Amino acid sequence: MILRYTLHATRFMSIDLKTLTIKKAHDALIHGEYSALELSEAYLSEIEKKNAGLNAYLEVFDDAREQAKEADRLIKAGKAVMLTGIPIALKDNILMKGKKVSASSKILQGYVAPYDSTAISKLKAERVVVLGRTNMDEFAMGSSTETSYFGPTRNPYDTSRVPGGSSGGAAAAVGADLALASLGTDTAGSVRQPAAFCGVVGSKPTYGSISRHGIIAMGSSLDIIGPITKTVEDSEILFDAIRGKDVLDSTSIELNTKRSTLNAERFVVGVPRNFLDAKGIDEDVLANFSESVERLQKLGCRVQDITLPTVPHALAAYYVIMPAELSTNLSRFDGVKYGFHKDGESLLGDYVATRTEGFGMEARRRLLLGAYVLSSGYRDAYYRKAISVRAMIEKEFTQAFKSVDIIAIPTTPTPAFKIGEKTKDPLSMYMEDIFTVPANIGAIPAVSIPSGFVERDGKRLPLGFQIMAGYGHDKLLFKLGKKFESK
Amino acid sequence: MITLKEIENLAALARISLTEDEKERMRGEFDAILGYVASIRNVSAASAKNIRSIVATVNVMREDGTPHESGIYTDVLIGAAPRREGNYVKVKKIL
Repeated sequence: MILRYTLHATRFMSIDLKTLTIKKAHDALIHGEYSALELSEAYLSEIEKKNAGLNAYLEVFDDAREQAKEADRLIKAGKAVMLTGIPIALKDNILMKGKKVSASSKILQGYVAPYDSTAISKLKAERVVVLGRTNMDEFAMGSSTETSYFGPTRNPYDTSRVPGGSSGGAAAAVGADLALASLGTDTAGSVRQPAAFCGVVGSKPTYGSISRHGIIAMGSSLDIIGPITKTVEDSEILFDAIRGKDVLDSTSIELNTKRSTLNAERFVVGVPRNFLDAKGIDEDVLANFSESVERLQKLGCRVQDITLPTVPHALAAYYVIMPAELSTNLSRFDGVKYGFHKDGESLLGDYVATRTEGFGMEARRRLLLGAYVLSSGYRDAYYRKAISVRAMIEKEFTQAFKSVDIIAIPTTPTPAFKIGEKTKDPLSMYMEDIFTVPANIGAIPAVSIPSGFVERDGKRLPLGFQIMAGYGHDKLLFKLGKKFESK
Repeated sequence: MITLKEIENLAALARISLTEDEKERMRGEFDAILGYVASIRNVSAASAKNIRSIVATVNVMREDGTPHESGIYTDVLIGAAPRREGNYVKVKKIL
């Protein structure tokens, strides 16, 4: 018995998780180098060792091994597809039937998903292994995972720093080899910014290209699921597995992927110089960005400066549109239908007591903002104005993509910051999304790719390079991204 | 400048109660956030006329029909409610 256990342990310890990708794991699984169960065991043992220090996972699913055995049966039968047996993590706002899901909020305490999100049902059909659910900012409101009811997640590169957010747990899990890939959601940068901070690839696909059915809504006109992976190729694999039109989400679309035959080396890349002049951008971030642009030039891409005068206003427009949508979406949390309940003196009293205790400070702040921008007298000044600015930004992107294939910009204005550094000043936290939010406002796809490191307090911190493409042109990003990371 | 009274009204609309300290804090933060957000007012709206969003905003209809057998989801959905009585969600008396 002891001998068997030792052999077993040696075997899964030999899987090099650091350099593992979905493609490599798939090849190893179908060639019988190790089983799906052994692969999952390797990740579960890393979770056992590191999760207490990182707080990336809120829960490891008790049937993870069962799922892996299911995958092994399919592999044995010769019916494995690319994602069969691949161990992934989920952000705590993506529904998986029978599993707890809470958007990292007290108000959803005890809630169990009654159905599968469309993304999960597609992954289940491929027999992926879902290891567990990961920490996030409450209802995806934040850029640091500090607004979670369950405490902050820590950055795997420096545990005194944030992993970014809101999908901080999902990004830290992949960055620390606690999952091979994960799914997050991105409303203003919530996949790309934590991916940049944790040294992994984060994709925000074209709005509507992945069904929103079964994700807990924040800003419905902006939300999209995004893969968090080690490589751009893995990102494309996950994206292709979950995308597509869905009758359960009327805003979903089928992407036309048969467009460009152009080689990535011939791409024209636009750099919005006016945007880079904004205040508060770290010198090292700018230097790293210039190096990344040079890498594209060395590949053969032609780089040209472009001007996007309205795009820098995307963040201001976002802080009107998002609170308006989220205050509407969060009105369903009343202590009657699901989750946490606190008694008041009347039905209205129940609502107020439940929401006051169930929602954290950031949620309450944005609920009030939403009520403000939608109030009569302010609706025209804020909400309608923001909607017209959004339309102008979409048009500006459409125009720009007539002369360039790709727009390049840093993912974040700074490397990962210290836990607690920005919690006292909400506006400084909001500014974290300055470079990521334009893609959400413009409904276009964007990917953050690791682009190097900076040193802070003796620790190496990763940075991200962001590329954006025109509406529906997600495939261009993958094409160029793969070349960029191989350089 | 947003007033304390306005913060109280917004909290009432949002079905949330705030302590005196929270109201004060929220007021200061609102001024900073609204000050930043006001930059959209400087964007000329003239060119925004007649721009249609690339995201289709059309109603999607389906035929009336029976998407699934009646009652098959009742138990699991009602089961999520903190208070239930039979197949009803239970709330405090309204009238």
